[in-house]
Amino acid sequence: MARRPTRYGQGGPFVYLVALLVVAVTLGPVLYGALGGFRTNAQLARDPAGLPDPWVFSNYTNVLSSPAFWQYTLNSTAIALITTVVAVLAGVMAAYPLARYQFKLREPLFLVFVLGLLFPAAVAIIPLFILVTQDLALANTWWGVALPQAAFALPVTVVILRPFLAALPKELEEAAMLDGATRVGIFWRIALPLSMPALVTVGVLAFVTSWNAYLLPLLLLRGDTRTLPLGVADFSTQYSADTAGVLAFTTIAMIPALVLFLAMQGRIVSGLQGAVKG
Amino acid sequence: MTRVTAAPEATDPGAAVTRGGAHTSRVTRRRRGGKRRQRLEILLFVTPALALMAIFVLYPVFSATRMSLYSWKGFGPMDDFVGLDNYLRVLSDDVFTDAVMHNFIIVFASIAVQLPLGLALALLLNRRIKGRGVLRTIVFVPYVLAEVIAGVVWFQLLQPRTGLLERMLSSVGIPVPEQGFLGTPDLALATVFVVLTWKYLGLAVLLFLAGLQGVPDELHEAAQLDGASWWQVQRRIAVPLIAPTIRTWIFLSMIGSLQLFDMVWILTGGGPANATTTMVTYLISMGTQRSNYGIAGAASVVLFLIGFAMAVAYQALVLRRDTKADA
Repeated sequence: MARRPTRYGQGGPFVYLVALLVVAVTLGPVLYGALGGFRTNAQLARDPAGLPDPWVFSNYTNVLSSPAFWQYTLNSTAIALITTVVAVLAGVMAAYPLARYQFKLREPLFLVFVLGLLFPAAVAIIPLFILVTQDLALANTWWGVALPQAAFALPVTVVILRPFLAALPKELEEAAMLDGATRVGIFWRIALPLSMPALVTVGVLAFVTSWNAYLLPLLLLRGDTRTLPLGVADFSTQYSADTAGVLAFTTIAMIPALVLFLAMQGRIVSGLQGAVKG
Repeated sequence: MTRVTAAPEATDPGAAVTRGGAHTSRVTRRRRGGKRRQRLEILLFVTPALALMAIFVLYPVFSATRMSLYSWKGFGPMDDFVGLDNYLRVLSDDVFTDAVMHNFIIVFASIAVQLPLGLALALLLNRRIKGRGVLRTIVFVPYVLAEVIAGVVWFQLLQPRTGLLERMLSSVGIPVPEQGFLGTPDLALATVFVVLTWKYLGLAVLLFLAGLQGVPDELHEAAQLDGASWWQVQRRIAVPLIAPTIRTWIFLSMIGSLQLFDMVWILTGGGPANATTTMVTYLISMGTQRSNYGIAGAASVVLFLIGFAMAVAYQALVLRRDTKADA
């Protein structure tokens, strides 16, 4: 049944005006970038506010036909995928006993992960740089960036997954045990499939964080292994005079994260909210 | 910044115990006899995660602490022990103390500006207006973009003379600074803050909206029947009810503001004249550009201690209330 129509809680013209303003301010810079990519530099200098006239596609086609762009994209994708798989797998494995086993060191162990939340990557960045480049000889490799990123993604992964795993019904586990399943078998065949929604959430968080990361790749990656954010930053300093080109590159670089976000919107949002509510 | 999200609740040992406690007795009963086996299983499960944490988080943090006690240029053995000398140098370096100040300005400005703004927008978007879902998605778009990528676009927008923003402002008669907003020391930090607000306001709005969804409609309706205005209902009922979400957001915002790097590095590189240095830009330029690893290490430790102290204090003074209220 529909609510009794009432003016209460509905938006008047003022609300719509503010909403419109918010949309303009929020999307303005993004649209400026996207449209700017369709101009020439001369157009940009003449009239940066209007629509492109005529529309120029060469900036975008230049980016899309540049091997460097595809190399950056490949690196970003590979690093984000490795980060995600490692963080989610190691995270769910660690969260499982922390959620479903009873042992003396359980809470101290959990505290290790919680404390991990308090170490920003920046604190450890210089030694991390030395560790990865000198001790592990992983400089300029996908793993060299993905492994530390996975490690820094672990705390939040474990903290989100533990209550989720703890809330799974015990009856399933007990039934499986009566049927002679081992703990590891239960983990693989029952806990893991049942926690898929939570795994997707932490996975998306890890992926987006890795995809957007700047500081760690900045220090660890040179040349051919650089990621998209580094590529954008480099391009914008190298070709600072070519504003239209920079805008085209930046706009294309925005697309993957935006598409992923739109596709996974519900998951990202509920993941963030879940994380905040604990 | 999502990394810190669950810290306040998770550090509360009480909550964790109750969560696991329900099936304690059954599990122990079943487990008698298989102790060794169980220990092996636990070890198997937690080893990959612990190894990753030990190698890539704990060891580097320990290493930064050690580094801070030596004068080391990044090559040769680390044997020039200088005790707390690096700390004295960092703390007496105006660039660093300014950086700390800049971080704190961002912390307080975020709370003073983004909190009321985010709350207002959340209350507004919580009204039954057309296109509400689309609006919520749009507001969140900047948050999804990489800070670097957003930063590059804003850098173009803010270009002195040629940038769109200056053009628009001067066309309506608003004076713009000669060196541009990012090039003028007095304006640079404020400009960075405006861009950060654009980038992160969506997260605040989203979290507050989620909290508001939890406020039952009946409360609104009852208050309305009692003659309360929309504004009174928001102020007296809705906002107090989402106070825990607000307190958590403040915590996240504080931690995030202390770790500020990407946006500053792209927009100003810490300049002009160190007007926008932050603790992280300071330690990065000390470590990577000047190879002064001892100083960088000391700055890292100071950054960690400030963040840790703030987290502990906020947990003890503010967030404690929320966890207590739950129990």
